Amino acid sequence: MKELTIISGKGGTGKTSVTASFASLAQHKVIVDADVDAADLHLVIPPEIRRQEPFQGGHIAEIDPGRCTQCGECRLRCRFDAISEDFVVDRLACEGCGVCVYFCPVQAIDFSRQVCGQWFVSDTGRGPMVHARLGIAQENSGLLVSVLRKEARAIAEQKGYEWIIVDGPPGIGCPVISSVTGAGGVLVISEPTMSGLHDLKRVNELAAFLRVPAMACVNKYDINPDMSDRIIAYAWDHKMEVAGVIPYDRDMTAAMVARKALVDFSDGPAARAIRSVWENVRDFMKTRGHSKSALKIISS
Amino acid sequence: MIIAIASGKGGTGKTTVATSLALSLEAPVRLLDCDVEEPNAHIFIRPENETRTTVTAMVPEVDLKRCTACGACDAICRFSAIVQMGKAVLTFPEMCHSCEGCLMVCPAGAISAGTRELGELIRGTAGSVELVYGSLRVGEAMSPPLIHRVKQEMSDSRINIIDAPPGTSCPVISALTGADFVLLVTEPTPFGLNDLILAVETVRTMKLPCGIVINRCDSGTDETRGYAERQGIPVMMEIPDRRDIAESYSRGVPACLAIPGMKQRFARLMTDIQRKTG
Repeated sequence: MKELTIISGKGGTGKTSVTASFASLAQHKVIVDADVDAADLHLVIPPEIRRQEPFQGGHIAEIDPGRCTQCGECRLRCRFDAISEDFVVDRLACEGCGVCVYFCPVQAIDFSRQVCGQWFVSDTGRGPMVHARLGIAQENSGLLVSVLRKEARAIAEQKGYEWIIVDGPPGIGCPVISSVTGAGGVLVISEPTMSGLHDLKRVNELAAFLRVPAMACVNKYDINPDMSDRIIAYAWDHKMEVAGVIPYDRDMTAAMVARKALVDFSDGPAARAIRSVWENVRDFMKTRGHSKSALKIISS
Repeated sequence: MIIAIASGKGGTGKTTVATSLALSLEAPVRLLDCDVEEPNAHIFIRPENETRTTVTAMVPEVDLKRCTACGACDAICRFSAIVQMGKAVLTFPEMCHSCEGCLMVCPAGAISAGTRELGELIRGTAGSVELVYGSLRVGEAMSPPLIHRVKQEMSDSRINIIDAPPGTSCPVISALTGADFVLLVTEPTPFGLNDLILAVETVRTMKLPCGIVINRCDSGTDETRGYAERQGIPVMMEIPDRRDIAESYSRGVPACLAIPGMKQRFARLMTDIQRKTG
């Protein structure tokens, strides 16, 4: 089983468009939308939901005004300034550490687990998809990503599928670490800008830190060919495989507006480039992309 | 005055708006780049005289000579950051949320406050703009504590502009808390609209006033404008989809310096925000 995670340092580089096309080109695969904060893959690969599960995140403190004696112990102990002067817990600030619960002398603080969102297993025209909707302003997206990947592995194992294709979140923090840890390989979609190069460096350092082999792909490379050269030179110097470049092509936006994967919508220059990028990624993953069996769960 | 720039997702032009707004104002500005996972504002602002400070978070350090293996620290820790195994106590600093519960409960005084590096706080100036940004250490999972640290640098005497991270969970909540006004940057595509709706729900949950900036306004569809109208959210600025803007961005030149007339438009945007916030 090969698990490929597509990441980007930052949103808006074409990660989801590339993922959707890969989902179309790969045989026997499970698709995962791990960008749980702002999931978009369902817009181009419409899912038919088959299974829906609540996602339980962490605990949250709630002070019962009937029992509370307003002694102030909780406010004194809270390191997150989550308790107001009139003893109401700010749900957005509460980390769920339970220190206030432990030290409350009259047991006035409830501490229940929160349902932070839902996750789904769906059928799509491109095979099974595991995806989620995290509640607004909810925490623990890293943990939710681990749940999605675990489920995708179970489905792939059960069906004997070869591929898991994961649309990753942006950044280098908790949800990204959770998407990349133990994957067989990552493909970093970059764009030829100063910020694109800056972001690529940081995600590549993260992939190296997590010991996952990394490939680079420059989208819209012809917007700034000099910068594309710099990005490719960086990749070569840092043992990143270069999977290819994709030209600027208005079909990319047009496919998105038509709610289709680019390779199913167009045979233009970008679509042809993505096909060739996929072939390179597939070959790379066959030789180097061995998934680790143990998934480390990072909850924060 | 605190104005936050958010977007649901990256790549919509958040940093373009934040940096151009900062560079277009006569009044002194403090720009706080809270996208600590991938800070980009400095690429466009090009600050001089940068100073760097390491930012750390508290993690427990256990003195095993004093530890009586009572298990109190293990019992209070919700994040498995301190675990008792037999007579030994193990700590996992990367799991720690710095709640200090273990320090508070240890009856033997065996736990003291150690540190874990979260990243760096960087300060620099460019003309009338003071830039402060965080850079998360690669491998560090928790960005909110570093975002809080960046926000401690807000100035009472200046206009504070916050470049928020993408998403709808902890990091963006940390960045938006306390803002007087939120500018939501979007683009008129199905992805843009989907993410805008999430961003609007987020600012509503937080009870913050907001307005919309439509970037690349002449590409894609017209759904975004209709959505804004139905929701009663003002569209405060539209930026055209022009190759010269994209090219100047790719070279690290902010839109307001590359395109004639842009500076005035951003200055006017600021006046409109001030009118809305009273």
